[in-house]
Order: sequence, then structure tokens, then C-alpha cells
Amino acid sequence: MRSLTKRFGNRVAFKEVSFEVGRGEVFGFLGPNGAGKTTTVRTLGTLIAPSSGAATVAGLELTPENGVAIRRRIAIMPEAPGLYLRLSVQDNLACFADLYEIPDPPERIREALDAVGLTDRNRDACGALSKGLRQRVSLARALLSDPEVLFLDEPTSGLDPAATKDVHALIEDLRRRGVSVFLTTHRLEEAEQLCDRVAILNTTLRTIGRPDELRDRLFRKTLTVRTVAPLDEPTAVFEPVRGVAGWRADGPSTYVLEVSDIAVAAPEATRALVAAGADVLSVTESRHSLEDVYLQLVEGNDGEPVT
Amino acid sequence: MSISKRRVEAILHKEVHDLRRSGNVVYAMVVLPLVFLIQPVIQVFTIPSSGSSTLHHEHTLVYMLAIPALVPAALAAYSIVGERVQGTLEPLLSTPVQERELVLGKALAVFLPSIAVAYAVFAFFIAVVELFAAPGVASGLVQAPDVVAQIVFTPLLVTWSIWVGMAISARSSDLRTAGQVSILVSLPTVAITSLIAFNVIPANLRVTLGFGIGLLVLDRLGWRAATSFFNRERLITTTK
Repeated sequence: MRSLTKRFGNRVAFKEVSFEVGRGEVFGFLGPNGAGKTTTVRTLGTLIAPSSGAATVAGLELTPENGVAIRRRIAIMPEAPGLYLRLSVQDNLACFADLYEIPDPPERIREALDAVGLTDRNRDACGALSKGLRQRVSLARALLSDPEVLFLDEPTSGLDPAATKDVHALIEDLRRRGVSVFLTTHRLEEAEQLCDRVAILNTTLRTIGRPDELRDRLFRKTLTVRTVAPLDEPTAVFEPVRGVAGWRADGPSTYVLEVSDIAVAAPEATRALVAAGADVLSVTESRHSLEDVYLQLVEGNDGEPVT
Repeated sequence: MSISKRRVEAILHKEVHDLRRSGNVVYAMVVLPLVFLIQPVIQVFTIPSSGSSTLHHEHTLVYMLAIPALVPAALAAYSIVGERVQGTLEPLLSTPVQERELVLGKALAVFLPSIAVAYAVFAFFIAVVELFAAPGVASGLVQAPDVVAQIVFTPLLVTWSIWVGMAISARSSDLRTAGQVSILVSLPTVAITSLIAFNVIPANLRVTLGFGIGLLVLDRLGWRAATSFFNRERLITTTK
């Protein structure tokens, strides 16, 4: 995407968004409700036209003339399964197999149902399936055309933990097969676990990078030290430690050390504490989650790193 | 880009399967034809032979053209709003299907059953006339020009009603409203056929030709309008 923008009248859905997603990459697309995520996916999926900017999808320029060719190479799994509830699983998939003009539809349908563990339910009416099973049928439908780029919108929404694990395994498998997966999700632990890179959108692109990269960019590394009793002179203990840039108390006998390199600072701080005669309860690295990064960018200031 | 027969058939089969299980279809294909069959059938049983001369000034069969005007409108009204309500519109539009293929598949899924119902009701009425009408009444009720008009105008009316129903469906977000508005918008056509049937508008060659040419033009324009209504962005972002 190169400076892609979509406006509906005066309302800006997303603005000047630029990024690239590599082949076989699982790319997380995060953002609050109304941030423009769905509109971005719809734009890349040729459902709506961009107002300005350019994009290449599955190797083809995003133009009205390439709409059909792009849609042949991609698949979109929307958040709501969108199945024909009065039709059977088999009939739903058969219809879409024909719309994609897939050769040998019965074989592809069997493979897609196998992949989501629904082979034995193919005769059931979709209306009779639970929400989780409908979600799986929707995923099978997205896999039918063997897409080069797969857009998944909340693929594990409504799934139980076992089914969620299966979907995660499926996404890993797609990555191995070289399918680019564009994953829109609110489940940040899912994005952290699955995605090679994530982008956070809030009308404009707030950040993009690997989850650990974003953590490092936004949060200073810290060590949390807990002792049995308060230290008499914490400054004298922590200041000489190599790799410690500063410290602060976080309660009567808890200290947060701002460090440049955990591998250097942690053992040195432990030795200094023991030398000072402190009874050490724990020395732990403070781990910021992707959720912290997300909240910092979406709700807080997105400039200075914080501890 | 050329139209893919396989994709049109996929839409057609899906629509037929889906419509077959829908309550709207029962209403459109059973109740509406019955309403417009009652009055002509009553005529068959109540008009004595002595009254047959007055029938030659009426065109009962033309009155039954209301069926191909209304049945498809009710069915076509379901075509897009049904997808929207079920949440199937976006997955469908995400496939390589072209707007023209979508329109054609959906139109055929309404056209075929509507034509079948219209001709079946018409055939049933003729059978009733032949079997039960008093001597002399049958020739008054079933006049050759009316039979030709019925055969020729039925597909033209069905096509026009489909475009009307689809256009309304593309702009609606509620099933019932779409159905009611479609039938309402089709009423002027019914009014014209009824006025011809009751000889308020004289059923002469000029009127017949004018009506036929008018419908042909409207059908042609309707096809163009329907494909533009099926613009992906408009369908995804417009819900009124």
C-alpha cells in the first residue's frame, strides 16, 4: 500500500496508509473500532475503491480493471460467517467453488472441510450449526480457492479454546505454504503469538513492526527487584551497577531499575544486592505485552518511551 | 470481460435453493396468483350463456397479466436485501463474480419460476373455462388476441418487475419493506393492464404495440440500471 486513503464524503476512513506484507508473512492489523481496519480490508479486497494512493495486491495493481483477477487470488473471511443458513455446508461451499471456477470442486471441498475438521458435518444445514462451527465453515470457504493472500477478520471469534488452537495451527500451516495472511483481530495475545509483524491503525497508521520491536521502541527495559526488607541505601546499591540507567522505588521493598541491557544488568544487580547484604526475593524482567503497546499508541501518547 | 456461464449457474442454483426454502416465496407464488385468479374464476361459474355477448368487450386474460407484474417484484425484492440481512453479501461480493453475472443469475432465479407460475395459472384458467363455462361464455373469456397478448407480454412484464424489485432491494435494509415497496411500485403496471382488461383503455393494435415497445425499452433500460445498482461499493456501503 502506498499512501492509500479512503474518504466517504467528508469522513476519512483511513488516511495515507503505507506498508508492505511479504509472501508467507502473517501480518496483524490492529486498531480500535472505527479505526478503518475493515474499510482497509475491503479496499484491498476490491470491494470499495480507494480515494487516493495506490496498492498492489497479490502481485496486481489495485485497479478496477484488475478487480476480478485480484479476487481470484485472494480470499476474505469476514467476522460474521455470512453463510446461507438454509443451505447445507456442502451446498454453501459448492456455490463458492463454482464462483471461483475451481477445478474438481468435490475434492477441494473435502480438503477444505478436512482442514477445519468438519468433514462429517458437510450434509448439515448451516443454520443448524453452532456459532463456532459456522466460523469454521467460513474459514473452509476462504481456503477453497487456495488463495495467495488471505484476509482473516477475527477468525477465532466465538471459537472454544480447542478450536482456536486448531485455527492457529492452520494459520501456521498457511504461513509455511507461503500464503500471506492479513489478520485483523482484537485478541492481542493472538496477534503476538501468530504475527510476524503487526500494524496499529487509528485512521492513520500509528506504528508497524515486530511485536518485540514495538515493545522496545515504546517501553524502556526494566528490572523489578523485590527484597524481604527495604534497602538502607538503595542509591548506593544500584547506581554503581553496570547497565542501570536509573531506579525508583515501587513500594516499601520493591525497586524498578531502568536498564539498557538486561543480560548485563540482571546478574550485576543481583551480585550488588547480595554484596549489600539484602535478602533477595526476586529479580525479574518487566515484560510489556502487545496490549501495553496497543493501549499506549491508541489511548496514550505515542511519542516518548515509558517504563 | 466475458460472462462466465458457470458463475451465473452457481448464483442461479444458490438462489433457487435459497428461495425454495423462504416464506416470501410461498406468499409471492401462491397468494398473489390466487388473488388475481379469483375474479376471473367467479366469472366462469356465474355468467350465463345470455351474458356472453358483453364479454367480447372485456379482456379477462389481460387482467391476469397482474400476476407476472407482481410475483417477480415480490421475489426480486428479496434478492439483495436477503443477502444483506443474512450477512452473505460481503462474502459473495468478495468472489470473482462480476456484477453482470450476479444480476443475470439472480434475475434468472426469479424469471424462471415467475414465468412458470404465470403460464401455469393462465393454463389452469383456460382449463377451467373449457370445462365449466356455460356455452358461449368460453369464447368470450378466451379470445385469441388476448391469448397472444398473455403469451407475449408475460415475459416482458416479468423482466420489468424483476428490475424494479432488484433496484428496490439493492437500496433496502429490511426484507418486509423491500417486498411492500416493490409491489407498490409495480401497481401502475397492474393498473394499466386492468384498465385494458376492463376496456377503459381500448385494446387495439396501437395500444398493444405501444405497450409492447414501451416494455421492451423499459426492460433494456432496467438491465443497465440493475447492473449499475449492483456496484460493489454501493451495495456494501449503502443501506437505506
